[in-house]
Amino acid sequence: MILSVIHIFLYFVPVLLAVAFLTLTERKVIGYVQLRKGPNVVGPYGLLQPIADGVKLFIKEPIKPSSSNPSVFFFAPMLALILALLLWMPVPLMDAFIELNFAVLFVLAISSLSVYSIMASGWSSNSKYALLGALRAVAQMVSYEVSLGLIILSLICLVGGFNLAQFFSAQEEVMLMLSCWPLGIMWFISTVAETNRSPFDLTEGESELVSGFNVEYSGGPFALFFLAEYANILFMNVLSALLFLAAHFSLLGVAVKVGLLAGLYLWFRASYPRFRYDQLMHLAWKSFLPLSLGLLMLNFSLPLTFSGIGGGL
Amino acid sequence: MLSLTYIVGIASALVIILLLVGLHLPSVMPDNEKLSAYECGFDPMGNARLPFSLRFFLVAILFLLFDLEIALILPYPLGVVFSENTFYNYWLVMLLVVVLTFGLMYEWLKGGLEWTE
Repeated sequence: MILSVIHIFLYFVPVLLAVAFLTLTERKVIGYVQLRKGPNVVGPYGLLQPIADGVKLFIKEPIKPSSSNPSVFFFAPMLALILALLLWMPVPLMDAFIELNFAVLFVLAISSLSVYSIMASGWSSNSKYALLGALRAVAQMVSYEVSLGLIILSLICLVGGFNLAQFFSAQEEVMLMLSCWPLGIMWFISTVAETNRSPFDLTEGESELVSGFNVEYSGGPFALFFLAEYANILFMNVLSALLFLAAHFSLLGVAVKVGLLAGLYLWFRASYPRFRYDQLMHLAWKSFLPLSLGLLMLNFSLPLTFSGIGGGL
Repeated sequence: MLSLTYIVGIASALVIILLLVGLHLPSVMPDNEKLSAYECGFDPMGNARLPFSLRFFLVAILFLLFDLEIALILPYPLGVVFSENTFYNYWLVMLLVVVLTFGLMYEWLKGGLEWTE
């Protein structure tokens, strides 16, 4: 029991803290981009703002709409946050809590499952905005998942294994970002779309859908969705850093790369207007999919042409 | 080294505790207006179980096809490392990719990927 509590504090609480400070960073960065200060009242430089926000969210009244389907309605945010936390397990840091030989498969499977939480929340809210937002979110995530899967498949063929730690040994000579930069750029844009971030935040669409699939949620359940969303964003950046930018293993190096990539997310959000939905779908199905299919064939042929596969095998 | 089920267990426990705190800590004062479905301050118009555009269904079908393709190809890199008849596997996988690419081209030409006519 005590050991479990220690494990929770060692593993999941740091993720939640990182998420909390990511939200603060986001508000600060966007604030300075728009020539204002952002949160600066609570604590020194506003550093305690995310804690205050969290406390506020958890003492606000959680609303259970009378027309909703209560069991699914409360199951959805739980599922979202559980999956977002589980995604962090196979990250190969100093001493992994768990070392999976098929970590890449695990990540793909868990991140596909997170679609269900959005679908469940949108359907069970029994509200038009929520349903439309969930439909859009599911279609968007599902489309970009295809290109993510194909890109990861190309990389696996170059690296020669599904173990995330193997990506470090495969990239000792050169980072995959340099040798496969088209894949790297498509991967990064796809992760932005997969996590429903601006400029691909069609699901949120304040002007027409108010807040998308989570419009009926408030208080604690909303906080769970919020944490899950930002944990997913951070994890996607960790994954990008591991897949494309992992030169030599160092914790600081990974942290710096993840921070820079997350900074890019914030920069995107501050700079770009929202995509149109048909453009979003065209980008996924008409640009990324054909290109990643072609590059898949190239990357499958390369190791056979040079009679060897990466990863020191 | 911890087992997978244990980690799933403690993650679920943490999230359930968070949800219970969020549900039971605040005082709940429901009333009829507060609990009705949100529709910009109006009473909800009609049912929320709307018929939706068939495009979304089409996207779901396409996703199934391509994700199935990915699932079929996933074991191939291991085959390159561990198995003997690599070139046989290689041509099979290439055949699969080419067939699905033709499927994509067909879908494209028939206009299944267009969202606005």
